[in-house]
Amino acid sequence: MSTKLALSDEILLTIDKPARYIGNELNMVKKDPDKMAIRFAMCFPDVYEIGMSHLGMQILYDMFNKKDDVYCERVFSPWPDLQQIMKEKNIPLFGLESQDPLNKFDFIGITIQYEMCYTNILQILDLSQIPMKTVERERNHPFIIGGGPCTYNPEPIADFFDLFYIGEGEIRYDELLELYKKWKPSSHSREDFLHEAAKIPGIYVPSLYKVIYQPDGTIEDRTAIYDDIPMTIEKQVVMDFSNATYPQKPIVPFIRVTQDRVVLEIQRGCIRGCRFCQAGMIYRPNREKDIDVLKEHAYTLLKNTGQDEISLSSLSSSDYTHLEELVTFLIDNFKEKGVNISLPSLRIDAFSLDVMSKVQDIRKSSLTFAPEAGSQRLRDVINKGLTEEDIINGSGQAFDGGWQKVKLYFMLGLPSEEEEDRKAIPQLANRIATRYYEIPKEQRNGKCQITMSTSFFVPKPFTPFQWVKMYDPEEYISFAKIVNNELKEQINKKSIRYIYHEAHVTVLEGLFARGDRRLGDVLLKAYENGCVFDAWTEFFDLAKWKKTFAELNFDTEFYTKRERSFEEILPWDFIFCGVTKEFLKKEWDTAMTEKVTPNCRMQCSGCGALNYKGGVCFEDKN
Amino acid sequence: MKFIGHLDIMRYFQKAIRRAEIDIAYSEGYSPHQIMSFAAPLGVGLESDGEYFDIEVHSTKSSTESIENLNREMVDGMEIIEFKCLPENAKTAMSIVAAADYKVILKDMNSYPLNLAQWEEKLSEFFVKPSEVLITKKTKKSEKIIDLKKLVYDFRIEKENPDIIFYLKVCTGSMDNIKPELVLEAFFDYLELPYVESDFHVRRLEAYMNKEEIEQTDVQSILNNLVPLGSAGEDIES
Repeated sequence: MSTKLALSDEILLTIDKPARYIGNELNMVKKDPDKMAIRFAMCFPDVYEIGMSHLGMQILYDMFNKKDDVYCERVFSPWPDLQQIMKEKNIPLFGLESQDPLNKFDFIGITIQYEMCYTNILQILDLSQIPMKTVERERNHPFIIGGGPCTYNPEPIADFFDLFYIGEGEIRYDELLELYKKWKPSSHSREDFLHEAAKIPGIYVPSLYKVIYQPDGTIEDRTAIYDDIPMTIEKQVVMDFSNATYPQKPIVPFIRVTQDRVVLEIQRGCIRGCRFCQAGMIYRPNREKDIDVLKEHAYTLLKNTGQDEISLSSLSSSDYTHLEELVTFLIDNFKEKGVNISLPSLRIDAFSLDVMSKVQDIRKSSLTFAPEAGSQRLRDVINKGLTEEDIINGSGQAFDGGWQKVKLYFMLGLPSEEEEDRKAIPQLANRIATRYYEIPKEQRNGKCQITMSTSFFVPKPFTPFQWVKMYDPEEYISFAKIVNNELKEQINKKSIRYIYHEAHVTVLEGLFARGDRRLGDVLLKAYENGCVFDAWTEFFDLAKWKKTFAELNFDTEFYTKRERSFEEILPWDFIFCGVTKEFLKKEWDTAMTEKVTPNCRMQCSGCGALNYKGGVCFEDKN
Repeated sequence: MKFIGHLDIMRYFQKAIRRAEIDIAYSEGYSPHQIMSFAAPLGVGLESDGEYFDIEVHSTKSSTESIENLNREMVDGMEIIEFKCLPENAKTAMSIVAAADYKVILKDMNSYPLNLAQWEEKLSEFFVKPSEVLITKKTKKSEKIIDLKKLVYDFRIEKENPDIIFYLKVCTGSMDNIKPELVLEAFFDYLELPYVESDFHVRRLEAYMNKEEIEQTDVQSILNNLVPLGSAGEDIES
């Protein structure tokens, strides 16, 4: 028996990809909403194809639905064509499973992965016909809760969220939902619920804290309006990672989504400690999943979905202790059944070249390296351990084996970067090409194709680089020009292609990444001015953002171009993410001496994650 | 399910076949794909009671068991009805499909200024009586004049309150093809009524092949020679 759709046939047949809005996919959970104590809407604030590729969504969707009295449904940002129709015809945003309006739900959980999705969060609230600001919501409105990496600085969007959940979602929801079930039939107010919720570890209720600013604009103090709620919010971590809940029957979308395959999460965290990388810091300590659990997952997930591709997910898969055994297992057991093994970026060595040649057509696929910086000096500053020898030797082995395509990822605008560091990028690419052409012509299959890609560095909270300043868009473009001009000087320039990222979006990302509460009004105005889907080049509208800043007389450079002092209270200091501020400062100092810090397996650097009493910190002790 | 396009339907079946553990054959090479071919792609927005596709298998269970295994893997709105074995040198479904039946519901006939008798009379005037019915078919590059009498084998009207239903049997396939929407558009053009696409609900009922390879000229012999695509194969016993 099919559910009646929220959108009419008429509408569905006029918009792009109607299958985004109809649900009913394989493994979609069906429950009777009337029999549920709690209706939870899990939201990814971008279009269906992006949201359905997100593993976190699938994990939490499955986790909530495992509870008998909770029905978790999904919702994604309607594409602009439908957004317009919904506004015109006053159609409220709905959950995919029941097609019921979101404003009837108890909770809307929004996963916040990228700063350029912030306007989409407002789109979701707007289309759901829920008041955008928490202060305007009433008892009958759902509670809006945010999770994901951007919650490590939730302040720019604090006005719009009733709660944030800082950390990994597998831990605290039982407590939160039990609290809610008691509160719902009672006569307590909305604020009463939030007050109690704020006592749960990991839960941050922004409305219960006040921020005072100094005349110079920096933070003077933070206070809580009650004295029984914590001043520091502690990140929640799943320590028994191997046995953590994991979906056995992930939803299989009808339409092509960006990540359309079975995903095995092999570990969380990273041991490398690259200084620009927020994920590497906030997901500490590194925790591996037991290989037998993964092998079982592989069978079960393929059986329950019928997918034709399986992949591994983690921040640095080459560091997974049993990677060789796992990859060999996947190839031996599934390749013959028509299942593609999709390998993540692996460190280039004999093993990875061997397996890659087994699962990919090496003539068509690329070798990937992420040196991030062109010179060894700068690579040492950012603690990216890749040496030129690694790259040339790795490429050489690959070229000897028949590979022809190489992708190189770099950043521009890194701390202490000089012109010679930028020039070093195409020079490195050139040396790789040279190595290729050392192969005798008869043994080669034409030219090699090297692609250099540079993004512009955005300093993020909870990294050793969180204090640095950014540049103007014009300056970033000038860095890219240096790279481009130097490329033209290289002998093998015809074998090398260069692409670089959008500079204005970079600056905007930086604005929100290290912003404070005063950005809430800016975001609201930007949305009112028509900004939405900012992560998409076709919709990003710089003019509308500039207009917004002008209308509010807003100084963006305070956030982007200002170097922070070490004494400053940063908007995110109230969160404890496992890594101490002292460690980050020490790492900054080490960076400035151009020295590397060894990885967690080589030597413990005392970052603070040891306090979680598990993972890589205790590997030797096992 | 009608909002899902043809390519996505194919991928959906590829996964279902894997889950149902049908012993399907894969092509050679670096990206092997299942050997599967659909008779006639169904446009987005259309429903159907009669879709067909062929697969090549290494081995098979009985028809009953296969249907059960596949139906266990279906979602709401999709059902396997037949599972038959084709002869050794059978041609692909796509190459043998010759015609298809459509049921087109015009929602709420009361908004149109005709009663059933008048609809039938007009249809007779437009289609049944004339010896040829010429319309212009526009493609991306050119315009073509075609004769509906040669491509539409049956066209009748019935009433099911408050809707009016058009039944069409049209030529379908790789050689010659006409969409029921185009026929109706031409009819409404003749009636000098606006053709509002969203008022019509199109459902394909069945797909046909030619029983024998014969030269057909008159509609009656064409009709006599058409059999459902499923009759190309035999049920598989346990």
